[in-house]
Amino acid sequence: MPKTEEIVQGVLTGDRRSIARAITIIENDTAEAQKLIAQIYPHTGKAHIIGLTGPGGSGKSTLIEKIVREYRQRGKTVGVVAVDPTSPFTGGAFLGDRIRMQELSTDQGVFIRSMATRNYLGGIAKATKDAVKVLDAAGKDIVIVETVGAGQSEVEIIKVAQTVVVIHAPGLGDEIQAIKAGLMEIADIFVVNKADRENADKAVMDIQAIMQLNNKEKAWKTPILKTVALTGEGVLQLVEKLEEHKQFLEKEMKREKSLLRAESELVEALKDQAVNAIIEELKKEGKFEEFLQKILKKQIDPASAAEKLLHKKFKRAASDAET
Amino acid sequence: MQGTRKIRVLIAKPGLDSHDRGAKVVARALRDAGMEVIYTGLRQTPEQIVETALQEDVDVIGLSILSGAHKALFPRIMELLKQKGLTDVMVFAGGIIPKEDIPELKKLGIKGIFGPGTPTETIIQFTLENVPERT
Repeated sequence: MPKTEEIVQGVLTGDRRSIARAITIIENDTAEAQKLIAQIYPHTGKAHIIGLTGPGGSGKSTLIEKIVREYRQRGKTVGVVAVDPTSPFTGGAFLGDRIRMQELSTDQGVFIRSMATRNYLGGIAKATKDAVKVLDAAGKDIVIVETVGAGQSEVEIIKVAQTVVVIHAPGLGDEIQAIKAGLMEIADIFVVNKADRENADKAVMDIQAIMQLNNKEKAWKTPILKTVALTGEGVLQLVEKLEEHKQFLEKEMKREKSLLRAESELVEALKDQAVNAIIEELKKEGKFEEFLQKILKKQIDPASAAEKLLHKKFKRAASDAET
Repeated sequence: MQGTRKIRVLIAKPGLDSHDRGAKVVARALRDAGMEVIYTGLRQTPEQIVETALQEDVDVIGLSILSGAHKALFPRIMELLKQKGLTDVMVFAGGIIPKEDIPELKKLGIKGIFGPGTPTETIIQFTLENVPERT
């Protein structure tokens, strides 16, 4: 396998094999990943990052295929990161999002990568963010992240996006499900797909009712669009809205939003590295194993154990701060 | 940081087969064995398969074919893999492939060929044993 530097060089010139290798390094979550991201980071920040999420069966992959085609017609290059869950029982994963996008795979202006959620120390959200950075640095104009909108971790993943599209389809359960998943709040654009089905208008109305409350004090009013991904109906309007939102971000909120994003990325990185460093040290001292045994024997609960361990660790730092 | 390397496998259906039952059974078995399986769906061209393998950076490709076009499609796939520099990817095949064609296909670089009725255990074992080392 080529060296990190060579891979970085390849990524920056848009070499597809290097892009693929770089994402593998990130997926494998080794020390090399951090080195890679450090070198790539200065070259990021140019792509429009779009997150697309929604329940299984709502038509995400099919819609993405159409969105990508529309962007390609406009001369834009596109990267797609499709995230699917890893089985908690076997550690394996079935990544089938490409099935709906196969015709795009030979287009040299498109790069699609499937990622499993695995069991990342830093969380899948970080791995996804880093994969997006690779595609951004490789010069893709648009980077789309797709996840199944089912829970908190998916909401975390989708936060990497500048523009979040939440997709729903009639007949998948009522809008309450969407509220439960915490998806309404994060949507910049709401899409009701499969709009040729009956009940589509009712779905739109239900979402509208909730959105009106959400939209009240926002500078960007989340629109609700109807699409039929299979035929491509409504995709043009969707891409127009995506562009509109991008311009909105550039004008109104870019600084604020990028500041927030930088802050949350720094906090996440601090957490990761702090936790790793602390665990490593405790293991060296034998404390980690000692408390693990205590927890197993029910002599102490995990939260109290953590408090004790950290108290010892930071006692000096804390008293330093006080004086 | 601790690594979480996984074996990534592409299960692909070249040509004009009309069903993918076998491919899905194998895909599922490999997933249950802890691998990450990317599935292409039906009717793929050699170009699409090789491009997908490249983008997904897979360790292994499993080709499933029922139509009898393996002698036309497999050499093209192996040739494209070479062209794109994907020489460290292990390829196996399954489906309806006559015995007398096997030596020729193996000469192309296809590591294993599995006919109907092969236990999924055999394929899992084979994959684990033959997955290329990456440094």
